[in-house]
Amino acid sequence: MAWELDADRPIYAQLVERIQREIVSGKYQPGEKLPSVRELAAVAAVNPNTMQKAFAELERSGLIVTQRTSGRTVTENTELIGTIREQLATGHVKNFLNNMQELGYHKEEIRDLFDKVQV
Amino acid sequence: MNNLVEIINLTKKYGANVAVNNLTLNLPKGKIIGLLGPNGSGKTTLIKMLNGLLTPTEGTIMIDGNYVGPATKSKVAYLPDRTYLTMNQTIREILDFFQDFYADFSRERAEEMLKSLGIDPAVKMRTLSKGTKEKVQLILVMSRNASLYILDEPIAGVDPAARDYILRTIINNYNPEATVLISTHLIEDVEQVLDEVIFMRYGQLVLYTSVDNIREEKGKSVDAYFREVFAC
Repeated sequence: MAWELDADRPIYAQLVERIQREIVSGKYQPGEKLPSVRELAAVAAVNPNTMQKAFAELERSGLIVTQRTSGRTVTENTELIGTIREQLATGHVKNFLNNMQELGYHKEEIRDLFDKVQV
Repeated sequence: MNNLVEIINLTKKYGANVAVNNLTLNLPKGKIIGLLGPNGSGKTTLIKMLNGLLTPTEGTIMIDGNYVGPATKSKVAYLPDRTYLTMNQTIREILDFFQDFYADFSRERAEEMLKSLGIDPAVKMRTLSKGTKEKVQLILVMSRNASLYILDEPIAGVDPAARDYILRTIINNYNPEATVLISTHLIEDVEQVLDEVIFMRYGQLVLYTSVDNIREEKGKSVDAYFREVFAC
């Protein structure tokens, strides 16, 4: 299945987000070998150069590491993974709180709702 | 040399009608590039000049350091917008022909792709559906080890699942030394596999930039931006 991507945002940024998500959620474990650019581009149905750009960005952030002999792996730095995980989660919570504020909710009401709603 | 294709002051006139008007453009290696423009914008005329099927009125085209001619024909794999295969030949006979004709043709690759699509090489072309004919032609073109692949409307007239297969074939055959030029109106379907896009109008270059640049700067897809630029 090709990855679902938004039509109005840069593709490489969406690839970065998706791979980040798969790393912080543990789908790819710390130290685990990642598929090659070409393999992942074929799965996602995107241009290999764009996937390459996404990998370069993830390398810059330290989340993935190029091994001299064995391609790319997820970093073993679990602290870094944790930090990025929290950054992503904080972003979601901020969005959520903004949306709730627009609906006129206060923190107390939101807490009550939290206990009520099941996913 | 980093440019695979160098087009300088290229003009093609059909009598008083100017199909390509003083076009200058360089295309790098290792990219998948969309050639986009409304009907009559000069795309197919440009493609035919890249293939040496039409002679420019003025200007020059160099591909991989050679002017268009016998030397470049062996490096350019072309999928025309209309079929040129003989309908009463079997696929196997066509494979023989391609193997004989093109030194860079990989029969193994072609047979593998046919097999993965469940197409029997023993059948005659005329017995195939329109979509399957298009797939066979694309397989033939993509089985060459060319420097430049030129695909004129490769996905028009096939169903969405076959489109996905065709686009995946293009990605899977991606070679960092080669460039793929795709002319199409179905921008939405191809933009995820493109690096860069060329917009043409009235035989002239309107824009040459990357897909992610358009998305970043305009906040919209190439398809949406095309509709805006070429709004009627």
